Amino acid sequence: MAQSLTAMADTIAPRRVVRGDALFHGLCFSAAVLLMATLAGLLVALVIGGWPALAHFGPGFFTSSVWNPVTDEYGAAGPIVGTLVTALLAMLVALPLAVGIAVFLVEFCPAALAHWVGIAVELLAGIPSIVYGMWGLFVLAPWFAEHVQMPLMLAATPGGWIEWLTQGVPNGTNIFTASLVLAIMVLPFIATVFRELLLSVPGHVREAAYGMGCTSFEVVRAIMLPYVRRSAIGAVMLGLGRALGETMAVTFIIGNSHAFPKGLFDSGSTIASTIANEFAEANGTLHISALVALGLVLFVITFSVLAVARMLLAREKF
Amino acid sequence: MARLTDPARYARRKAANAVFVTLTSLATLVAVLALVAILSSLLVNGLGGINLAAFTTDTPGGGEPLGTGGLRNAMVGSLLMCGVGMALAVVIGILVGTYLAEYGEGNRLASAIRFLNDVLLSAPSILIGLFAYELFVVPFHGGSALAGAAALAILSTPVVTRTTEDILRLQSNQLREAGMALGAGKGLVIRAIIWRASRTGLVTGALLGFARMSGETAPLIFTNAGNQFFAAKLTGLTASLPVSIYNFALSADENWRRLAWVAALVISVAVLSANIIGRALARGSKQS
Repeated sequence: MAQSLTAMADTIAPRRVVRGDALFHGLCFSAAVLLMATLAGLLVALVIGGWPALAHFGPGFFTSSVWNPVTDEYGAAGPIVGTLVTALLAMLVALPLAVGIAVFLVEFCPAALAHWVGIAVELLAGIPSIVYGMWGLFVLAPWFAEHVQMPLMLAATPGGWIEWLTQGVPNGTNIFTASLVLAIMVLPFIATVFRELLLSVPGHVREAAYGMGCTSFEVVRAIMLPYVRRSAIGAVMLGLGRALGETMAVTFIIGNSHAFPKGLFDSGSTIASTIANEFAEANGTLHISALVALGLVLFVITFSVLAVARMLLAREKF
Repeated sequence: MARLTDPARYARRKAANAVFVTLTSLATLVAVLALVAILSSLLVNGLGGINLAAFTTDTPGGGEPLGTGGLRNAMVGSLLMCGVGMALAVVIGILVGTYLAEYGEGNRLASAIRFLNDVLLSAPSILIGLFAYELFVVPFHGGSALAGAAALAILSTPVVTRTTEDILRLQSNQLREAGMALGAGKGLVIRAIIWRASRTGLVTGALLGFARMSGETAPLIFTNAGNQFFAAKLTGLTASLPVSIYNFALSADENWRRLAWVAALVISVAVLSANIIGRALARGSKQS
């Protein structure tokens, strides 16, 4: 009996096919392992490349804000703070907007219009970073300098907090405008995820709330947002992860100075913009190593944020 | 009960709701206005430069009179890198996506790879650039179009993987069982039936991958820093649209700045149409 079954199996699936199957399985498996190795390789390359600078400066690398290629001294505090500040500011602007867009599209917008607005938001996500950079540098920054920054600086009382906040060269390229452009860039990503989340709220839950006489505002605030809370935090982290690592747009607009920014309208730098600006021209081994070490810092920050985001979103399809 | 029927309270709730509706529509308006502002400044500054010369002449040197030169070498370099990068990303991405969808059920390793892929999906492109630099530029003592293409491939493989996995999971198990009942092995079923049934979705993945890579600048400035002249060799430096924008936009040369806008327009049109076509295909295949 056993023998005849084997014979049957052989006629159904000749050995050639079985071998081909194993080969194909192996091929898919190796591609998957290659992808994993890439991420591991990325980490290893950053650690190896950044080690000389980290060993040379020790913990001072993270606390010093002196970044001077001429004297070969590198402290990363300026870019690290710049990265965190711009990303957080961007999220502060983008989050309310993204929630607003998602709620509008799900609750209030006529279906025909929602389709087009959805496409517009997708387009916003598709525009390359460098185009955002050009727009920020040539359109937003001059406008901002003329219509916001200068009037504010003129109106500021000497010694007041507005003066402290608005100090800097009035050319529109500063931490604040960089954050604004970042906000526009991450907005579509957060809005899209939020929209999907709100759509995932079961209809009967919403209808029950409406049936009780709730207004739309109350349904959204008391029923829908709490329902998607956990994933919503994931969506925010996802946006934050993008904002932290965004490179070209920020490089164009932030003004690129390595000192601690003194105010909101002062020029600054982020980790990504520093690497983009200096890597190609870096000559000294310590300089290159310091830039790679910066990359390692960015890796650790973004990957922890993104990992938490993915865990919270736990396999929702975005 | 009195509180519920209190007209003042009802008016307040209605007013709060009206404010809320207004605010959400304003938020939407802000996003749409931002898109309009960006697209219109692209058209205003770039459309004037779209002419035959833009496609047939190479990038000019500095100080040339306004209106000279074009972007031929940059376009060819971009196409070359994106072509090679796409080929790599599509092959590896589809294989990984297939592994995750077809072989990864209840498999710890597959879950780990899926997680890492999702993280790589939003990883900062500048880090991919640093990695590609260490891997493909340092050993060869110089950048090349191939190094740039490899960086772009690493960048968009996760996009292709993700789309592939999603689309393969949409196929019904009956399709797989029908194939097996005909005596085909699992591998053959995947290749001859599942892949074929998911063709549109796979094309979508490729298009989205293309959209992700074609506008990327950060990974290229370390790996393929540009070339003022015409070159179409994988082992040498070539120009590319994003790097040309980067170099030209920040210069004081007016002719260069003009070309930066033209390049920005060209690249945006390419990326946005790839995005739109890809998503339209995805929507169409989900409905049918």
